[in-house]
Amino acid sequence: MKKELIRLVDCTMAFDGEIVLNAINLTIHNKEFLTLLGPSGCGKTTTLRIIGGFETPTSGSVLFDGVRINEVPPHKRRVNTVFQKYALFPHLNVFENVAFGLRIPQSVPVTEGGKTRQKKVRLQEAEIGQRVQDALELVGLKGYHRRRVHQLSGGQQQRVAIARAIVNRPQVLLLDEPLGALDLKLRKEMQHELKEIQQQVGITFVYVTHDQEEALTMSDTVVVMNQGNIQQIGTPVDIYNEPVNAFVADFIGESNIIQGVMHRDNDVSFAGKRFLCVDSGFDPDQPVDVVIRPEDVRLTAPKDGQLRGTVNSVTFKGVFYEIYVDVGELEWMVHSTAAPKVGDEVGLCLTPEDIHVMDRPDLFPEGAEALTIEDIDPEPDFEDKYVDEEPPEAEL
Amino acid sequence: MKKRGGLLAAPYTVWMALFTVIPMLLVVYFAFTGEDGRFTFGNFSQLLGYGAVFGRSFWLAALATVVCLAVGYPLAYAMSRETGAVRNTAMLLLMLPMWINILLRTYAWMSILENKGLLNQLLSFLRLPPVRIINTPAAVALGMVYNYLPFMVLPILTVIQKIDGSVIEAAQDLGGSQFTVFKRVILPLSLPGVLSGVTMVFVPGVSTFIISQLLGGGKSMMLGDLIEMQFLGSTYNPYLGSAISLVMMVIVLISMAVMNRFGEGEEEVMVL
Ligand SMILES: Nc1ncnc2c1ncn2[C@@H]1O[C@H](COP(=O)(O)OP(=O)(O)O)[C@@H](O)[C@H]1O
Ligand SMILES: [Mg+2]
Repeated sequence: MKKELIRLVDCTMAFDGEIVLNAINLTIHNKEFLTLLGPSGCGKTTTLRIIGGFETPTSGSVLFDGVRINEVPPHKRRVNTVFQKYALFPHLNVFENVAFGLRIPQSVPVTEGGKTRQKKVRLQEAEIGQRVQDALELVGLKGYHRRRVHQLSGGQQQRVAIARAIVNRPQVLLLDEPLGALDLKLRKEMQHELKEIQQQVGITFVYVTHDQEEALTMSDTVVVMNQGNIQQIGTPVDIYNEPVNAFVADFIGESNIIQGVMHRDNDVSFAGKRFLCVDSGFDPDQPVDVVIRPEDVRLTAPKDGQLRGTVNSVTFKGVFYEIYVDVGELEWMVHSTAAPKVGDEVGLCLTPEDIHVMDRPDLFPEGAEALTIEDIDPEPDFEDKYVDEEPPEAEL
Repeated sequence: MKKRGGLLAAPYTVWMALFTVIPMLLVVYFAFTGEDGRFTFGNFSQLLGYGAVFGRSFWLAALATVVCLAVGYPLAYAMSRETGAVRNTAMLLLMLPMWINILLRTYAWMSILENKGLLNQLLSFLRLPPVRIINTPAAVALGMVYNYLPFMVLPILTVIQKIDGSVIEAAQDLGGSQFTVFKRVILPLSLPGVLSGVTMVFVPGVSTFIISQLLGGGKSMMLGDLIEMQFLGSTYNPYLGSAISLVMMVIVLISMAVMNRFGEGEEEVMVL
């Protein structure tokens, strides 16, 4: 197991008494590519800003290497951010934008006569030049150092923002929807390049996106969030194949979500039929969500199907056809390489492995709004354990 | 489309022609005309006798500008960091004097600065020696700073407020302390505001009048007073008045051009 680098412990964030992060717990490991994934407004940016030091959680702790850093200001954290809208310095050219962090004197411990003290050290101009050139080369902007930033395209500005952050060799790079403003083709290219950069420089990436495909292709770990809560943490494969609830299933890839009843282990009914399934461990006759991926449904002749329906629409998607089938009260989405005709009667077949039974979470339980800041213990007792002997002055 | 735009601008064009271009041409015409109605350079040679007034005007305007900048920049910066009631109150206090007639304001300063005025009463109450400030250039400079301060603060405040908050956060993120962020991001990005503030104080500052008469006594005559005298005063001489105005305008234009160049140079240096 990789070394733990950052940990959020019961982090709650409230703005004007309204909770936007609800006691989240999250561990980020060294050199990991971790993605926060969720719909707009779920609290991804807020989580990132807490790690970057721009927000202090209302309650809970932020630990860096085991040291509590809630009160450490952003400029003393060994964390750099690629902001959602790049936030380049408009008065500086590309070179000076990238060199910004390098020109700030760093305090390093020096030992003189047996005593260790902090000393401010400035980098030599030659070294700054070298590191800026290296960073620009890494992001594919060699030769652009004299350009003004407003002369660059969106994709190039994005690269400058990345170079400006990684040139400081932070332990962690925070990226807030960095590719959001780019067109599809450029976004795909940059996804690839970012992943390569991350592996090349070997630093931890905490990446925010609302694009599930981006999350799945780039990450080591995906954290699915909704409404200020973490829904699931896992590898892309786990999240896709074993979503813990209908929200995750729906958000990650496309799914048919059908309400059903789990009678007992391996026995579920939905769409008016009983099915054999591989899930177990539910209460008897518990209401559940049944999740079925469109590519898992097999279309057959009407008489061979477990369910029957009428084809409502067929759309060619390149590798497959996206087919909507009217099955009684619900329209199912099916992906198939064969194309039936609209109005055809078809049968739908499922194997037990295709049926994913999930607890139906109360995402919005009655009285959810009633949870206010008063309900949160501002001084949870774990805090003391993590307070380092050193005052939080200690730079990270 | 283009025609329509031209039509819309017509009232302004007429206004400009009537009240800006024609008076300017008149000033130029008068400046090169003698009392006998003939073309002459004579008005300009007379100017040499008023070198001291020119010197004082530019010197006091520059001094007032520097003081306004020194006081106004920190004030604008502090105001930009406030929100809500504090900011609104500060804004109100800054603007309030501008709503009072300039004569009244200046008379108020007279009664403060007089030898037996409020200031000296306060000093004697504190058992400090009195100051003689009324009828000195210092009093004029003070009056000018008081009058022109809002014109320095407002453009700077506007520009600082427009700085993108995420750019400031980016600077902090890259390791910049509050001082570094100010020095390397906020200050350079606010220079355009400084430039227009300086212009808006210096240019009217040079042609200040009344303030200098009321607070400076007879000894601190400025160009504005001199010009007024040529047109309205005892020494009626619009030809000389025009020549003074013209020369003053040219010097102001040159100073502004130099300063703009300097401002751009600053930016270039920053960019390097
Ligand atoms: N400074 C703030 N003041 C008040 N509400 C905020 C602030 N920042 C974020 N929020 C609210 O917190 C919620 C989560 O926001 P955010 O973390 O930006 O979501 P995401 O990045 O996932 O889209 C939103 O409802 C947003 O309106
Ligand atoms: Mg966001």
